[in-house]
Amino acid sequence: MSTPAPLIRVDDLHVHLGESHVLQGISFDVPEGGVTALLGRNGVGKTTTLRAMMGLVPRRGTVTLAGEETTRLQTHAIVRRGVGYVPEDRDVFAGLSVDENLRLAERGGELRYELVYELFPELKARGGQKAGTLSGGQQQMVAIARALLNDNPVLLVDEPTKGLAPLLVTEVAAALERAAELTTVLLVEQNLAVVARVAQQVVVVDGGRVVHTGSAAELLGDPDKVRSLLGVSGGGH
Amino acid sequence: MSTFVLLTVTGLGLGAMYFLIASGLSLIYGLMGVLNFAHGALLTVGAYATWWTSTKVDGGPGTKLLVGALAGLVVGAVLAALIELVLIRPLYRRPVEQVLVTVGLALALNALVEAIWGFDARPFPVPSWLIDTTSVLGASIPNDRFVEIAAAAVVLVGLNAFLRYTRYGLIIRAGVENRAMVTALGIDVRKAFTLVFAIGGSLAALAGVLSGVYYGVVDPGRGTSLLIFAFIVVVIGGFGSIGGTAVAAVAVGLIQQYANYYASSGLGDLAVVLLLAIVLLLKPEGLSPKVAH
Repeated sequence: MSTPAPLIRVDDLHVHLGESHVLQGISFDVPEGGVTALLGRNGVGKTTTLRAMMGLVPRRGTVTLAGEETTRLQTHAIVRRGVGYVPEDRDVFAGLSVDENLRLAERGGELRYELVYELFPELKARGGQKAGTLSGGQQQMVAIARALLNDNPVLLVDEPTKGLAPLLVTEVAAALERAAELTTVLLVEQNLAVVARVAQQVVVVDGGRVVHTGSAAELLGDPDKVRSLLGVSGGGH
Repeated sequence: MSTFVLLTVTGLGLGAMYFLIASGLSLIYGLMGVLNFAHGALLTVGAYATWWTSTKVDGGPGTKLLVGALAGLVVGAVLAALIELVLIRPLYRRPVEQVLVTVGLALALNALVEAIWGFDARPFPVPSWLIDTTSVLGASIPNDRFVEIAAAAVVLVGLNAFLRYTRYGLIIRAGVENRAMVTALGIDVRKAFTLVFAIGGSLAALAGVLSGVYYGVVDPGRGTSLLIFAFIVVVIGGFGSIGGTAVAAVAVGLIQQYANYYASSGLGDLAVVLLLAIVLLLKPEGLSPKVAH
């Protein structure tokens, strides 16, 4: 029996930022459904990989989404193919209200306001508040909500729990789990407890290349491998 | 007292023109990071389009001015949109080349106007009621000052309403903050760029019309001389802020008038540069930076 074609295929992706050759031929597949975690030490090119997939940095190589090559498309056209993006630094529009941030993300079609407000009831209560006055956790909720609002087959989520208090980390992880029921998530995450909770597959990057792919449970269950690949001790618990 | 009132209203009229030029400049830079040195040329072209159309229209000066102004606004908007589409868009990742293109375009458009209509000033169609005066607190104020102030006020309210209540306004406000993230939400921000250029071009043309009414004539150097003060207004107000631009335009117009009269004639321009220096020292990012409201 042949394995189903991956939803996303990244093939030989290169990115140069100034003098630095940040991505040196990244290749990996993301299967449809669930969460695939993109892991690695700081500065190995995880965020750049997502930005390159989004067309936010000049890149070489191919990215294929559901059989269609997106590398030649501009960022807005990639998003319109059904890719939601939650950037590393949230990038909410500080001068716009929460409602306006969400309204800006509307792309027509069916909008999932019900789901967004079910996951993050606070956003409904704070609809008129300027996003710049929200806490870091609340801003992260806005960033995730913007990506969840549309019926995106793919979500690229970059370090959503970075700098958040433990209670908020749990809330964000729950939102990711719920999102993964509806869509395919490619997640960059440093918090291995979150990875253990939400991810089924892992792709480990080092030095601008993929050095390991496989099951999340298998990697996180092997402390030696975690130490050698990620430079941290212990599994995800 | 009557002198002070006259200076104040005249300063506000001048500030109104600065605001009309500077608001477009400010939005264009705030959203797109483009320093548009051709903005003054858009004013000149708008003013000349108004004057030229008025010479082809039958009727009194009022009709000539109205029809001419409409034509001027359309020409300003269309020319600005074309500049964005043809010259600016291919250079979005090359800011130095962009600046050079706008500088070159300013020189070329001015030269074109001079080549077609000569260096001499052309009389503008101004209805007599605009030249007449109205007495306010003992001061005889030329009526055109009120029209200039009213036009700028309408534009200020209209621009704010546009930015606040329309989808494109929302995109522009967001784009001023973070252009890349707007595209990452699936929005083709280039359409907003063209729209902002067109709005800026029509507002510059409106400033050209009002400056024609204010001075009674139009000449090829008008846009360039007003552009310098508009840039100062934008820097003081903060790039991308319409409210900040309005406050700065009023301040610059008033200070210019007061300094010219109460200190020494010609000192007004120096006072404005001094104001710029003070603002840059105290608030380098301007009065109200990088938020389009």
